[in-house]
Amino acid sequence: MSATEDVPATPVLVQEAARPALPAWQLGAILALGAAVALVPMFALESFQLFQLTMAVIMALAVLGLNVVTGYNGQISLGHGAFYAVGAYCTAVLMSHGDWSFWATLPVSAAVCAGLGFLVGFPALRLGGLYLALTTFSLAVAVPQILKHKAIEDWTGGVQGLFLVKPDPPSWLPLNADQWMYLVALIVSAALFFLAWNLIRSRIGRALMAIRDNPTAAEAMGMDIASLKTRAFAVSAMITGVAGSLGAVAIEFVAPDSFTFAVSISLFVGMVVGGVASILGSIFGGLFVLFVPNLAEEISKAAPGVIYGAILIGFLFVLPDGFAGLLRRLAARWRR
Amino acid sequence: MEGLPHQIVAGIATGGIYASVALALVMIYQATHHVNFAQGEMATFSTFIALSLIQAGFPYWIAFVLTVVISFALGVAIERLLMRPVQNAPVLTHVGVFIGLLLIVGNATGWVFGYTTKVFPSPFESEGLLFGGLVSGHELGSTVVTLAVLLLVYLFFRHTPLGLAMRAAAYNPVSSRLVGIRVGWMLALGWGLAAAVGAVAGMMVAPVVFLDPTMMLGILLYAFAGALLGGIDNPMGAVIGGFAVGVLENLAGAYVVGTELKLTVALAIIIGVLVVKPSGLFGRVVLSRV
Repeated sequence: MSATEDVPATPVLVQEAARPALPAWQLGAILALGAAVALVPMFALESFQLFQLTMAVIMALAVLGLNVVTGYNGQISLGHGAFYAVGAYCTAVLMSHGDWSFWATLPVSAAVCAGLGFLVGFPALRLGGLYLALTTFSLAVAVPQILKHKAIEDWTGGVQGLFLVKPDPPSWLPLNADQWMYLVALIVSAALFFLAWNLIRSRIGRALMAIRDNPTAAEAMGMDIASLKTRAFAVSAMITGVAGSLGAVAIEFVAPDSFTFAVSISLFVGMVVGGVASILGSIFGGLFVLFVPNLAEEISKAAPGVIYGAILIGFLFVLPDGFAGLLRRLAARWRR
Repeated sequence: MEGLPHQIVAGIATGGIYASVALALVMIYQATHHVNFAQGEMATFSTFIALSLIQAGFPYWIAFVLTVVISFALGVAIERLLMRPVQNAPVLTHVGVFIGLLLIVGNATGWVFGYTTKVFPSPFESEGLLFGGLVSGHELGSTVVTLAVLLLVYLFFRHTPLGLAMRAAAYNPVSSRLVGIRVGWMLALGWGLAAAVGAVAGMMVAPVVFLDPTMMLGILLYAFAGALLGGIDNPMGAVIGGFAVGVLENLAGAYVVGTELKLTVALAIIIGVLVVKPSGLFGRVVLSRV
């Protein structure tokens, strides 16, 4: 009866592997250009716009987390907002109750989210992707309720949430708190993007994609599917959790109602629109998640969600590989 | 009123709602192997249509029938317009379309009908409690309606040629097409039926939880839990699972965790079933073909 599920989807060729490596000077130039483009807004933008851009960077990181498990490993998660929330709360609780510095909370929130991701990925392991989507869907819906619960109110601040402060810029840097926050988000994200990029191009990354495209063949070739899948989930949850930590300090406030199901939906939409299974796509996804809801609200004040949903379905119909896929195809045409 | 028997009976009444939504989910799952994440939003939209019809002066049961017919048509239209073009796409695309549908329908509901919470009338007199304070009129009435719907669906699938054709199309599309069944239309019909069943569930639950655009989110979660508990490929199992989840939820809410963690109970049931018995109580164990 599950014959339709067993037929693998049209295999996606691993284009990264086929492409010859760039010469060192080109790679260096691209990296320098990227750094320059990323740093200019720090001085050119007003503080609110800079805050928005900071959030876009953070969302890009969260989308990257989702992309690792859903895009590259084919396990559909509709609940990454939960990991984002847990990361945010780890940082918030440690900073406001334990007076920890922001940097010290990052490893803790990464570890907690990785553990949680492992636990969530485990039960749905033996089942089709749909069941995982279901489990994570219900996780995302349940999270605000759990965060509000009385038993942990002393730590989480209950419905009121917790207030925090942005990390102070070091005294030897002539930056204000907003600029420093942007830089912090940028550095942490860049580091994790680099790690994810390496992971995807490694043996494990290829194994993850093989499992997505044809699990039976992958298993026959000796890949430990259960272990790889749960680990991919843990890594993915960790990345999104760290994004949550950054988001908490950037907004300087956490409350249960900022982590509703809508967060998970936005991350999912961001991933699809940016480009499924694309590192670059995650960046577009982050920009989309932050700026398009405002845009949708300008088109139709009454029903921004209708526009948002229509954009999602439109992308799935017309550009299933997202914005990154469009760029890739344009680049291929130009190179030819 | 506060006693255990009343909690169980009230659980059965809400369980009936979960059973209907679970049945709608299972019907779509059987026809297409997909779980419709927008099922709850579609049911809410239908319920708002019913409210508008009642406010326009239609008697309750006329409005009820009209709503079911309109929902059926909407379900068929959604399958034709949105699902058919991507029917051969990967699962991720389907989930994406469902999420888009959830956003569009959910938001359109608020846009068209407003975000304020509304009172939805119950057709069943609820003056006082029946059977020595055990059950309210609406609880009894909605359970009866739910059971009637379930019976109708059962009879339709078991004892009509069209029901047989639909089951055949879901079970083996290729062979069905060879014997002349129009498989595409069977899928559309399945969507229409599911939307109609969901609409009935929405109209039955709205007097209890009050009508607003996010009414069904929690209910959908419980319906998932019920469908999984009973076995997602078994309509009868989904119904029993739905009732069981209703009772479990009510008992847990009354005696164990309180009302604030009710959604977490659903999560716990879902994870519990997936860990202990992934095929559900009555589902078939699926072996993948190599």
